[in-house]
Amino acid sequence: MSDHAETTTLAAEAAVAATPDKGESLLARHVAAFFESPLAVAGLVTLLAMVLLALLAPFIAPQNPYDLSQLDIMDGTLAPGAKSLAGYTFWLGTDEQGRDMLSGILYGLRISLGVGAVSTVIACALGASIGVVAAYAGGRVDTLVMRVVDLQLSFPAILVALVLLAVFGRGVDKVVIALVIVQWAYYARTVRGSALVERRREYIEAARCLALPKNRVVFRHLLPNCLPPLIVVATVQVAHSIALESTLSFLGVGVPVTEPSLGMLIAKGYDYLLSGKYWISTFPGVALVLAIVAINLVGDRLRDVLNPRLSR
Amino acid sequence: MLVYIIRRLGQSALVIAVMATLVFVAVYAVGNPVDILASPQADQQEIEAITRRLGLDRPLYEQYGLFVWNALHGDLGRSFVYNEPAVQLILKRLPATFELAMTALVIAVGVGIPLGLYAGLKPNSLGGHSVMAGSILGFSLPNFWQGLMLVLLFSVVLGWLPAGGRGQTVEILGLPVSFLTVDGLQHLLLPALNLALYKMALVIRLTRAGAREVMLQDYVRFARAKGLSQARVIGVHVLKNILIPVVTVLGLELGSMIAFAVVTETVFAYPGMGKLLIDSISRLDRPVIVAYLMMTVVIFVVINLVVDLIYAAIDPRVRLSEA
Repeated sequence: MSDHAETTTLAAEAAVAATPDKGESLLARHVAAFFESPLAVAGLVTLLAMVLLALLAPFIAPQNPYDLSQLDIMDGTLAPGAKSLAGYTFWLGTDEQGRDMLSGILYGLRISLGVGAVSTVIACALGASIGVVAAYAGGRVDTLVMRVVDLQLSFPAILVALVLLAVFGRGVDKVVIALVIVQWAYYARTVRGSALVERRREYIEAARCLALPKNRVVFRHLLPNCLPPLIVVATVQVAHSIALESTLSFLGVGVPVTEPSLGMLIAKGYDYLLSGKYWISTFPGVALVLAIVAINLVGDRLRDVLNPRLSR
Repeated sequence: MLVYIIRRLGQSALVIAVMATLVFVAVYAVGNPVDILASPQADQQEIEAITRRLGLDRPLYEQYGLFVWNALHGDLGRSFVYNEPAVQLILKRLPATFELAMTALVIAVGVGIPLGLYAGLKPNSLGGHSVMAGSILGFSLPNFWQGLMLVLLFSVVLGWLPAGGRGQTVEILGLPVSFLTVDGLQHLLLPALNLALYKMALVIRLTRAGAREVMLQDYVRFARAKGLSQARVIGVHVLKNILIPVVTVLGLELGSMIAFAVVTETVFAYPGMGKLLIDSISRLDRPVIVAYLMMTVVIFVVINLVVDLIYAAIDPRVRLSEA
């Protein structure tokens, strides 16, 4: 039931978004609408700043936290603001090996954001392709794909990912694979919903009358017109996959110790939390939450902008 | 209706069979548990003896055949670590997790509905906005970090509540429960709150949306026109109509509580079946992992089946479209 409602909504979104506007371009209108919300702009700015910090981490971090020659065990578990033996200040404190938490967070951000972005892109491409093909083919292919999607979505993502990683073992690549397997179904379902309506439209009929090859009709004509709802889902899913990866790393089945994400930093700090050394777990957590909230703010606004029912 | 039920039962059985195969193939492809269980000083003969005792020397399909046969008899293998039947091991931990999930559910509903109702009745007040902002935080903060911050605040800084464990338990009908002792309640409160926060945010949003919609209905205006008190209008006429979507969603979310209990139990070192799963994964204790997965698959399939059947009973359109 809700599936039908969702299908119609998504389809309506896609339909209006695909209609060319008179005068100014559609994209310019959407961009302008996006910037009307100060919260969304704040989210976007925060997000861009964090991406920039993550990319530039090797240049701006006070130390390379994984170069053991730069660490001094005597600097271990220092409180925020303490001075190191070498003379510079640890603004966010250090962990048990004398690692500067600020540097650790900047490097951890690279892994967390990277894993989130890469897994989303792959899952989105894979799920969208499967969804659009299922909708275009219809019949048994469609039924089979949707049964698999329903089956997978009836189990919580965290459990499925946990099991997959218990099998694969630790590793950044393995986490990405697990996240892709967990998430492709959301995209497949979203795209199928809008593609089911889009494929009955005149331009698809026209493309078929031109005897264009099937894959051209599906991927060049059908898929681009199903994109708006997909963009919204993908934005929200980036936040989900970052949270999921950090949870898995916290549980000890995610990224390896040699490539610590924010979740791993938090897990390592947990042992010290009970003795009052709060900074090792707290600050990576704040960075993680900031990233997730920023992405969600952007995603919320995108949904409003791309949803024609809410536009004036 | 009968045809629909039979069809759905068949589908559920198929799902369980498929998942059983996937689980077996997946989990039995992990590294060799003998390396982990045998002591580093063990010689070749001891290792062979352990392999034979655990049935790991047979071909994979024989192990699988044995697995299916035993599973149908309720035997999912013995734990390598505890040397106890895996199912029994999990059943022993099940009451703790169940108690945790139920307490979380009570907190989520008991706090979420009043807050959501308030936010829905006064959407533009400062309080209403704060409740909504809080619910956004509930959605955004990763579950495990919420737990850590609860420990930091209530156990480390304030020192009010214990940081982990289950505390004192008393037996009721042979099951140990902790909500009847002060010590047990203290241990239960933080993990339950942690598990409840996400659901609470969900309940708040559902209740608020429902309240705003229902308040505009004619029957509410009529109830007012009859001269009923505000408390009665909200407590009976509004609340009853809001509860329908809330109950539906919570039924569906019950399964995910079991999943998220894995995270909460790890944070609070709470001796439930989720903690057992994480411990078993790190020790490669495969029978326990398999048994846990099979039991959760069955629990999920049963929950989905019950929800679908209730829907079909209420709404005949579902039956027609599925047939």
